[in-house]
Amino acid sequence: MREISAEKITEVIKRLCIEANCILPQDMKSCIEKSLEAEPFPTAQGILRKIIENYNIAENEHKPVCQDTGAACVFLEIGQDVHINGNLQDAINEGVRQGYRDGFLRKSIVKDPLNRVNTNDNTPAMIYYDIVEGEKIRITLAPKGFGSENMSRIKMLKPSDGVDGVIDFVVEAVEKAGSNPCPPIVVGVGIGGTFDKCALLAKKALLREADSENPDPYYAELEKTLLDKINALGIGPQGFGGKTTALAVNIETFPTHIAGLPVAVNINCHVTRHVTEVI
Amino acid sequence: MEIRITLPLTQEKLRALKAGDSCLLNGVMYTGRDAAHKRLFELIKEGKELPVDIKDSTFYFVGPTPKKQGEAIGSAGPTTSYRMDAYSPALIALGQTGMIGKGTRSESVIEAMKTYGAVYFGAIGGCGALLSKCIKKCEVVAYEDLGTEAIHRLEVEDFPVVVVIDSQGNNLYKTGRETYLKSVMEDK
Ligand code: SF4
Repeated sequence: MREISAEKITEVIKRLCIEANCILPQDMKSCIEKSLEAEPFPTAQGILRKIIENYNIAENEHKPVCQDTGAACVFLEIGQDVHINGNLQDAINEGVRQGYRDGFLRKSIVKDPLNRVNTNDNTPAMIYYDIVEGEKIRITLAPKGFGSENMSRIKMLKPSDGVDGVIDFVVEAVEKAGSNPCPPIVVGVGIGGTFDKCALLAKKALLREADSENPDPYYAELEKTLLDKINALGIGPQGFGGKTTALAVNIETFPTHIAGLPVAVNINCHVTRHVTEVI
Repeated sequence: MEIRITLPLTQEKLRALKAGDSCLLNGVMYTGRDAAHKRLFELIKEGKELPVDIKDSTFYFVGPTPKKQGEAIGSAGPTTSYRMDAYSPALIALGQTGMIGKGTRSESVIEAMKTYGAVYFGAIGGCGALLSKCIKKCEVVAYEDLGTEAIHRLEVEDFPVVVVIDSQGNNLYKTGRETYLKSVMEDK
């Protein structure tokens, strides 16, 4: 049994909050640079260049890439042979509190969805725990902006809708989102599970590197098909027209019920932030 | 070519702008997003005085990050505008002439823009670090309790925007996409 202190977790979460918001991950940078090379439309090229200039300024000046520094989504894979000394949930929220305060990040969480008063420290975090083998903790911090979150959708398809139904629904979600989620976007797709599980799959799909592909060749191919169809819509960067509507489509799947085919589309923007540390 | 504009945005200046024009804004604008708009709207409904002069004003839909020492403002890119759609027509009717945000607007906002004369500009969403460089001064003028959502008075220099919807109702989100798709067809 390995012991890990709650203080250690606070310290890591704090650091990851700041890093995730100020330094765009390498997978996103290379997707954006590649899309610029492939973009034929001059207006769109100009916007992609500004986007690159922006993340470079943010990194050099240690400033948030985007002013929506998001809801702090925290994913933990906790080894079953780890013992945490202290209150884990409090430790995570304390890390978020310190990170958002000391990193000059925006506090965007309201205490109640209808009686909207800001908590002023960006807590509580959205926390997801998985118990895995081993004696380590893998922490992923993914601040999620809401311009794109608001464009996300879920639908309970029928098994007979099949892969074509999935494709139609995903492409329709992106087309309806249009210029709102700050295209170029990253599209997280969850297929299978239950209503709730499917939404989580879509969110977890956004944690995977944007320049990676699904390990299952069938789904890797489906990711490519979806990306091509989305980039034929012509929405383009910021919705001003162009090829680059999406930078990547990531699919995650799970077994499901004989009667169902849930599909969730979690839309993220060109500021798709995720950073992982193993302790 | 970019069109340099000095704010306030008068009717004469805004009538000359067409969807798709790139502009550099200079002068004073105000920030406002969901919570501030809601409060302004309630004051208008009650017939009360507003905390800022709306006539010929430009509002930037933004909630900046806190500034560090030595900075005028933190990261400050646009937020999604449709959340202000319920409130914008009332402000336009009172003389607001400029709005800066990102994303689509409702038909009733566009109708108000055509009736009273107003322009909707797009700033690049997700470029808050870059855009903050053009903001030289920032101070809270109303609703300090709202934090990032308070109304700030900004002084900007060559702040880059694109006319998305002009005062005739032409919409770059429609025409830009059509132009691109047409160019792809012609290449084939
Ligand atoms: S959608 Fe993304 S890029 Fe746009 S404002 Fe929100 S977090 Fe920033």
